Amino acid sequence: MDTFFNILQAMAREMVAPTTAAVAIAVIGLNVHFGFTGLLNMGQAGFMLLGAYGFAISIRNGLPLPVGVLFGFGAAFLFALILGIPTLKLRGDYLAIVTISAAEIIRFSGRLSILTDFTGAAQGIPGSEYRDPFTALSFFGTGSTDIGFLDYSNTGVNGWWVRFVAWSLVAICSVLVYLLVRSPWGRLLRGIREDEDAIRSLGKNVFAIKMQALVIGGLLGALGGMVYVLPGSVQADAMGRSMTFFCYTALLIGGAATVFGPILGSIIFYTARIFVKSVANAYVPDSIMSSAETESFSYIVVGVILMLVVIFRPQGILGNKRELQFNA
Amino acid sequence: MPEQATSPSSADPEVRRRMMSEVEATPGSKKPDSILVVNNIVRQFGGMTAVNVDHLEVQRGIITALIGPNGAGKTTFFNLITGFDKPTSAGKGAHWSFEGNVLDKTSASSVARSGMVRTFQLTKALSRMTVMDNMMLGAQHQAGENLLKSMFKPLWGRQEAEVEAKAMELLDRFNLLEKKDDFAGSLSGGQRKLLEMARALMSDPTMIMLDEPMAGVNPALTQSLLSHIQTLRDEGMTVLFVEHDMHVVRHISDWVAVMAEGRLVAEGSADTVMSDPAVIDAYLGAHHDTDLGEEEVSEEVLAEIAEEVAAEAARREAEAEGAPTEPDAGAEEKK
Repeated sequence: MDTFFNILQAMAREMVAPTTAAVAIAVIGLNVHFGFTGLLNMGQAGFMLLGAYGFAISIRNGLPLPVGVLFGFGAAFLFALILGIPTLKLRGDYLAIVTISAAEIIRFSGRLSILTDFTGAAQGIPGSEYRDPFTALSFFGTGSTDIGFLDYSNTGVNGWWVRFVAWSLVAICSVLVYLLVRSPWGRLLRGIREDEDAIRSLGKNVFAIKMQALVIGGLLGALGGMVYVLPGSVQADAMGRSMTFFCYTALLIGGAATVFGPILGSIIFYTARIFVKSVANAYVPDSIMSSAETESFSYIVVGVILMLVVIFRPQGILGNKRELQFNA
Repeated sequence: MPEQATSPSSADPEVRRRMMSEVEATPGSKKPDSILVVNNIVRQFGGMTAVNVDHLEVQRGIITALIGPNGAGKTTFFNLITGFDKPTSAGKGAHWSFEGNVLDKTSASSVARSGMVRTFQLTKALSRMTVMDNMMLGAQHQAGENLLKSMFKPLWGRQEAEVEAKAMELLDRFNLLEKKDDFAGSLSGGQRKLLEMARALMSDPTMIMLDEPMAGVNPALTQSLLSHIQTLRDEGMTVLFVEHDMHVVRHISDWVAVMAEGRLVAEGSADTVMSDPAVIDAYLGAHHDTDLGEEEVSEEVLAEIAEEVAAEAARREAEAEGAPTEPDAGAEEKK
């Protein structure tokens, strides 16, 4: 019983973790790309990494927090423009190829030892070098607060303050996306997802709309990246290809083209992984599976879950089944 | 002459007939009041010339049919003038203008914005959106489609209601009102054609271009589609449509342009065009009335055939003897 309770606790901790919120924000951005507009962005992690680098490097060099945030957004904005201008006029697959390679280019450039003074190369940038202006903003005071069995320091490195900000940002981003997609602009996005030529024949500037969607989703990705590194450090490898695929898994589980799907999907993705890992740790003897192996095992199970979702419930948990019945 | 062509008079069939009877029935003839003028538009796919039209004018306020056998280049021509394809002759003398605005370099979306809206041969209903959403997308100048304004409903709410009212009216006219909340993908083929036409009308076009509006539509629906098209014309809209069904063409068109092998071969009223030798040639082939019966074969041809048969027999014999180089030579000969 005790072990079971511990597992539940671990799941609850993962559920409210700022990294879960950060990924949720990035998935909300990916939802604007893939879910609503049909842009196959395979490099959301690249947007996250750029946001994190822009943010951390500027603060580390003595710039104030808002400027750091602006630099993070600016980097992602430029990245979206550079990716979008050549590829958005072509068929969707090209965007996928270009984004996945561009994200990898960003990651490998971040790891270059020649840039050690700048990006910290493979070691990355420790959180202590950029976190202070953020924690200084906290109005939660010192000490720690115990809610249920969740006990964190009020401000601290990885406390209630960063959780509060991260989940507030998730809420704000969701409201923003809700406002955007219920508008005629959102209707255009869905129209473009269905058939670009039809929208073009109705006199709409498809390229401009797709670019706007790419930029908005990319900026949300950058914001996710900034939140992701707040409680930890900037590590290029933490935001590699697998991060993009985690985002896709979360999006498909929750339901693409829905407002709450990305949040639900991210929470389920991370808690389910912790559940599998802790159960395997607690009940499978070490001789069969060591704790390092349970980590990999949890990802395997999540992968199988993704496959089952796509086969048996392609619309995800919150998606509209009817919408998927008609193959365009 | 142009005053005759203004929209109110175009509802009167007599006026239209009189007006068009004065137009010369030759390919590329001059119209009293052309809304669309196309000059020297060429499109080549590799070595094949799909479209090569020297001059075409489309009269305002009437229904013009564009006919021609399969592969005549009608759809390609549509794609070219609506900006969905680029002419090979672009920058080398290709010019076309709509209501006096030169369209040589404009994109598909700006062609549509200038008032020339098209539909597609394979309907492009947005199947995973509701019929209503499909309609609403057709409206032009929507404030809510601007990214910055879209987040604030008060800035576009009123216009949205107006657009919706207009969409309801059009859906009612096209008998689709009870389907308005269904996904467009659940409509029948004919209903999709109707929806696509209604959606095109949401933008208040001055000219509508229909690519095979009757293809795959059942006869009952064809009748209502036809009357819709005629109503549009009577309201002053210019209609250009591609069609294969000659009954339809004869029934509703005021003017017919015929394309064959990429060229404009004839123009005129439906009756004139259908008795035009160039059109009959295009549809049936230039030798359609030459009898190829045995007795008609000339001696010359017979001699030629006999020669060929003899050559063939000789080659077979050589092959049977097993000369190693013979098969190759034979293959080359065949080419």
